[in-house]
Amino acid sequence: MKLSYYPGCSLEGTALDYDHSVREVCRNLGVELIDIPDWNCCGASSAHMTDHEIGMRLPMRNLLLARDLGHDILVPCAACFQRLKAADKTLRKNPLLWDIAEYAPSGEIVHISSFLARPDILEAISARITLDLSGLAVACYYGCLSLRNPHVTDAPHWETPQTLEHIMAAIGASPVSWSHRTECCSGSLTMARPDIAEKLVGDIAVAAKRAGANAMVTDCPMCQANVESRQVCQEKEETRLPVFFATELIVAALSGSYPAHQQKTHLVSPEILSGLLQNRASEKEEAL
Amino acid sequence: MDKSSFSPDESNRKFLGKLQERNVDVHACFQCARCSAGCPVGDYFDLSVMQVVRLAAYGQEDRLLDSDTIWLCAACETCATRCPNNIDITGLMDVLRELALRKGIRSSQPRIPAFHTSFLGSIQRWGRAWEVGMIVNYKVKSGDYIGDMGLGMQMFLKGKLKLIPHFIEGTSEIKDIFSGKGKEYDR
Repeated sequence: MKLSYYPGCSLEGTALDYDHSVREVCRNLGVELIDIPDWNCCGASSAHMTDHEIGMRLPMRNLLLARDLGHDILVPCAACFQRLKAADKTLRKNPLLWDIAEYAPSGEIVHISSFLARPDILEAISARITLDLSGLAVACYYGCLSLRNPHVTDAPHWETPQTLEHIMAAIGASPVSWSHRTECCSGSLTMARPDIAEKLVGDIAVAAKRAGANAMVTDCPMCQANVESRQVCQEKEETRLPVFFATELIVAALSGSYPAHQQKTHLVSPEILSGLLQNRASEKEEAL
Repeated sequence: MDKSSFSPDESNRKFLGKLQERNVDVHACFQCARCSAGCPVGDYFDLSVMQVVRLAAYGQEDRLLDSDTIWLCAACETCATRCPNNIDITGLMDVLRELALRKGIRSSQPRIPAFHTSFLGSIQRWGRAWEVGMIVNYKVKSGDYIGDMGLGMQMFLKGKLKLIPHFIEGTSEIKDIFSGKGKEYDR
């Protein structure tokens, strides 16, 4: 299977390890990723919030580059996904308005979790794991932009999504039932109003802990960075919850290891996972 | 919000036309307040989301462009998603912010537009967002030199912040986008 790949700017910077884990999972599943050549930033929230024209034309340039490749486009970042979807719908409706003669590609824009939660992919992941993550109680955290607005994202269950839960079940982790799965962490405000971000992240982390989670898992690089960093600003070390990328946990289960360089990328200590994998490995040895 | 009344004569028809053109049907609101109820940042607003929609329906552009709400909105889309009348409230907030910037109205939350301009400045220059350049630019624009310094250092030490930006090849196309090419027909 071949997919066009749009990593987006976060995955070259603060979430570089997310990019590595997405590529690793796809390599393991035999999915070939073809980077969209010379892609540009999608504009994220800042562009559409302040200039409609720029907010549309930035993602449109990427769509036109991807059209030439002719595959579905895999997008790991929730914000990039939403902006590409919005631009795609706008462009399909009236390409001439945007100075494009014709635009009707057959390829779809696919967010990482919708792709990984496909039944055939889940089965392939389960079949390939070295160590399952049983004992890891995870709060699956979706945030906003892979779901809302459903008119844009085409998300089938925007209030009660299940893709991350299904992925976690496939690697043996236990998703908890909790309240704040689709609440906003205010990533777009985090630099200018850290006080608001701390309040929202605090509420989200409290809700996850109340439900018995010992880690959070997400598919959005802004949520990952914001929820970890704003806990560091206000919480005592022992009460912080690490936020993993879903693909990071899949790689850990597939390889049965969680290397030190990967642990180092977290602002909140991820020792819950390294400890768990060590236990699982020694259990497995004893069973042999 | 104050309880003063306003007459239809004060209604800004040009503003209402702009909303219509962007398919934001503010007149469909029957004030159920689901938008305000679900807003994660609503506690910090001066106008509630529903008040924004209502004032927009009355064409009260000036009151809206002066509000904190349009800048504190995080564009999470909860309001628009839950609106039973499918009003594109996020689109409404976008139009309001864009108008406030074009008209040069000074926000009482100046750090927020400073962040957006710094972020977009980075894209305009490199074609992709470059965090270090964006942060430095934001610090200068906002005057917030010390905020999050410790956090920035931690991220830097973890290798999350690149010191050198990546230039895309198509920077001239990006410059065209920012210069408004294609906007000649005044959409």
